Amino acid sequence: MDLSYAEVRYIAKLARLELSEKEVESYTAQLSTVLEYMQQLDELNLKDVEPLTHVFQMQNVFREDKVAMSLPQKQILQNGPEVQSGHFKVPQIL
Amino acid sequence: MNLEQLSLTEISKKISNHEVSSVEVTENLIRHIEKTEPALHSFITVTADLALDAARKFDEMNIKGESFLLGGVPIAIKDLLCTKNIKTTCASRMLENFVPPYTATAVEKIEQAGGIIIGKTNMDEFAMGSSTETSYFGKTRNPWDLDCVPGGSSGGSASSVAAHQAYAALGSDTGGSIRQPAAFCGIVGLKPTYGMVSRFGLIAFASSLDQVGPMTKTVEDAALLMNVLSGYDSKDSTSAQVPISDFVMPLKKNLKGMKIGVPKEFFIDGMDLEVKASIEKAITQLEQLGCTMIPVSLPHTKYSLSVYYIIAPAEASSNLGRYDGVRYGLRTPGDNLNQMYEKTRSSGFGAEVKRRIMLGTYTLSSGYYDAYYLKAMKVRRLIKSEFDQVFQKVDCLVTPTTPTPAFRFGEKTQNPLSMYLADIFTISINIAGVPAISIPCGFSKNKPIGLQLIGKPFEESTILQVAYQYEQSTLSNQLKPNLKKIEEFSKNEL
Amino acid sequence: MNYEPVIGLEVHVELKTNTKLFCGCSTVFGIEANTQVCPVCLGLPGTLPVINAKAIEFAAKVGLALNCTVATHSKMDRKNYFYPDLPKAYQISQYDQPLNMNGYLEISSSSGTKRIKIVRIHLEEDAGKLVHAGGKAGRLDASEYSLVDYNRGGVPLVEIVSAPDLNSGEEAYEYLTSLKNILLYIGVSDCNMEEGSLRCDANVSVHPKGSSVLGTKVEVKNMNSFKFCKQAIEYEIKRQIARLENHEAILQESRLWDITENKTRVMRSKEEAHDYRYFPEPDLVPIILSSEWIDGIKESLPELPSEKQKRFIQSYQLSEYDAKVLVNDQSIAAWYELAVQAYPTNAKGIANWMMGDLAAQLNENKTDIFKLKIEPQHLAELVELIDQNVISSKQAKDIFLEMFQTGQFPKMIVKSKNLIQINDPLIIEQAISKIINEYSQIVQQYKSGKQSVFGFLVGKTIQATDGKANPKMVNEMLKKNLDV
Ligand SMILES: [Mg+2]
Ligand SMILES: [Zn+2]
Repeated sequence: MDLSYAEVRYIAKLARLELSEKEVESYTAQLSTVLEYMQQLDELNLKDVEPLTHVFQMQNVFREDKVAMSLPQKQILQNGPEVQSGHFKVPQIL
Repeated sequence: MNLEQLSLTEISKKISNHEVSSVEVTENLIRHIEKTEPALHSFITVTADLALDAARKFDEMNIKGESFLLGGVPIAIKDLLCTKNIKTTCASRMLENFVPPYTATAVEKIEQAGGIIIGKTNMDEFAMGSSTETSYFGKTRNPWDLDCVPGGSSGGSASSVAAHQAYAALGSDTGGSIRQPAAFCGIVGLKPTYGMVSRFGLIAFASSLDQVGPMTKTVEDAALLMNVLSGYDSKDSTSAQVPISDFVMPLKKNLKGMKIGVPKEFFIDGMDLEVKASIEKAITQLEQLGCTMIPVSLPHTKYSLSVYYIIAPAEASSNLGRYDGVRYGLRTPGDNLNQMYEKTRSSGFGAEVKRRIMLGTYTLSSGYYDAYYLKAMKVRRLIKSEFDQVFQKVDCLVTPTTPTPAFRFGEKTQNPLSMYLADIFTISINIAGVPAISIPCGFSKNKPIGLQLIGKPFEESTILQVAYQYEQSTLSNQLKPNLKKIEEFSKNEL
Repeated sequence: MNYEPVIGLEVHVELKTNTKLFCGCSTVFGIEANTQVCPVCLGLPGTLPVINAKAIEFAAKVGLALNCTVATHSKMDRKNYFYPDLPKAYQISQYDQPLNMNGYLEISSSSGTKRIKIVRIHLEEDAGKLVHAGGKAGRLDASEYSLVDYNRGGVPLVEIVSAPDLNSGEEAYEYLTSLKNILLYIGVSDCNMEEGSLRCDANVSVHPKGSSVLGTKVEVKNMNSFKFCKQAIEYEIKRQIARLENHEAILQESRLWDITENKTRVMRSKEEAHDYRYFPEPDLVPIILSSEWIDGIKESLPELPSEKQKRFIQSYQLSEYDAKVLVNDQSIAAWYELAVQAYPTNAKGIANWMMGDLAAQLNENKTDIFKLKIEPQHLAELVELIDQNVISSKQAKDIFLEMFQTGQFPKMIVKSKNLIQINDPLIIEQAISKIINEYSQIVQQYKSGKQSVFGFLVGKTIQATDGKANPKMVNEMLKKNLDV
């Protein structure tokens, strides 16, 4: 299972990671090795096997629609890298 | 014996009997940390002042005679459990200055039981690793051999307990992150059943595999901590709604009639010979204690590494999306939003974290979901039902915790796959969600070896009982790392 | 060539729960930025979601009201993408097992009643709100920076996805109005477009009539009223047809409705493959609904607008149009029925008043009908007074205004103002004689064939009785007098 350079670039873009040429190269090789190892799963016949998301059968864990205290604005913003007039500030989107 | 070398059970008795105050215990421990920490670097943050404040408060309460399970005892917390007003970094540059406005349920329970938080321990960045070498804040050393890794990802928790810098520690285990460092550092580490301990406030690595658990000096201490930690939490939808009974009392029952399975897939070629010999000796010991050993097979075990390295990075790639420089954590400026995102995430995450985000993003991406994630979830069912079947025949399973003892720094960092293979014996347990404990069972070249006991879902009691009886019948847990040597090393570091 | 437009709508509706979908934060609108936020909805590391039971109930209600099959087995999934209003970098939504599937909504179109299929209705969390500032503030593509408020983040939404069964802007408008009305009836949302509690995106394409191949679809966004939806869709249809006729290709793109220029324009956005990497949300367990529970929810639904309209037509002998206007607003329909209860004899008469004078006043005052001073019993009594010839319809108009302003019963007003209609032939006869004398010239004109002056004489006669004479009697008696 060989990952292409372009695929690694595409994945990095999806994951919002800026990678250097060197990183792309090393990830291409390393991920290919790991993905190749995973090909072992192809030995298995999984046609009639249902996927398992939760190890233990649980269902309907719900909460009552009762208002609980929010945090004060100061605490919500306390870790904000850039904050302006009660908001989180982000650089221009486009 | 020095105060710091007592077990959690012993020290909490001494405090509640007023033989010693929590302040004395805490002050002593802080001095001991100062002497050993430069060598070990178990902690990212030592909360000495807060701990002393809490100890003082506890001592005042203690006069009134209320009883607390962990009354006044300093405990270390892996730095991926959120602690209100205490920096929680996940050993990442990304969260270097992150101060949560809330506390994880597991930590809250420790505090409610009278426990004192002594510090936040080092770990692999975002719990991704098996050696604590990927921490942004530097590596932790193994107290038994300062040239070796303490294991990971809960390496700081393991070394702090092994070197008596804390009476116990909380760790988290996604693929072996409690048990493997416990084995490498010669302590007890329990990964509870998935859902047994609340994940609320545990910074997620892989949500369907993560569990919080105790890392302790003795099995009894682990049972005591399980009394504190386990139980339903309405803030965690995957928290199990099962009745919880006392874990300490049943330890004392003998093992007559206990049926223990020995899965052949856990005894592989290339295993360290001393590890193999120690485990075989332990098995003989268990037989002498009245257990019947039954050979069993878990044929899908060999697929667990693949399943794990699909599921865990996939979930992680999603869980780690939130570190985008907008609400908290690092921000590296850029000309526009996307540049800011990319620069922040590239400078905030280390190489292993990025590697796993890449892997997980890939296996979830359009066109590959069925080939990887869906397939892994199907094999996950096979692995789980295999455990269910075996547990119809036996009460628990015994295996080595790791194929080798602690390895040297840098030994596996170049080849990710070889590092991943270090988790080969612990991973399938997380995939199946069952509980498992690692306890010391001997040494290989003066480095500890871990014995792993795997239990039925929600039957931590059984593996704790077997572990306790085994521990009491051997002397292996009474050896200690050479603290003098650590102190010497520390002086040179300073 | 003859082109046929094909339109599908995606409508996001905020559910009116007290708290957010996964945490206890309040959902009240219009509060100071970032004050209805907690560690969970801020997506702080380590936090976990817990589903609000009420949101499930409301979402199932929406499904049932729109004739969907409610899934007995559904689950939540993660939709992964980066945007500053999305705190976890994934939206908890539903992917392959939505709560509701295969419903429909009936609308009236030029060709009669038309059934619009609803493909799915799923539950998901809303994102926060972005304010684009600096530069050309308010416009994403010209701002210098943006500010984020997470108060709205995590509010429960249902996304209602229609099949591409709509064929005009008018039909889309009909669909949206009916949909909104149903949602208001079942009480799950305010459907307030200005506050963003109902948002609509349209997928518009055109293809040659009769062709089975669909054209390239364009997504139109940013339409913050039904009227703009209709305009945007109509504009888009024209634009696409014009392009096709010029042999220009339609580009698959997102466009937004520019209110100032009355046209759609391309949304400038980072070119991005939509690779959402959906996978089952590991932090939440499956939602399993028993058929008993679903039946219970179904039974709890109120009478829906279409049923009510049918019943009004049958029970009250209303025209389809009248019934539709009345059921268009749940309060008005309820108010109407209370009035009819008080005076069942003339349901049609009450309807006329409601759609006439009362509607005019409501329009002017822009308030809920139940908040008015005038009550259903008042209107019922007014219609009864007219029917019993106690007052004339002309008097009734004045009395109505008085009732509307004071909240008094019409009988009280009639009494206090001495407005009772004069039905006594003797008194009317006297007034007629007086007018015939006074306006003998005009009477002559009438007698010589100028019929048009008759109304003038009737008016003068009624005036002579201070407006109280029964107009019908005046009419008849005057005619008899003059025609002799
Ligand atoms: Mg949506
Ligand atoms: Zn919240």
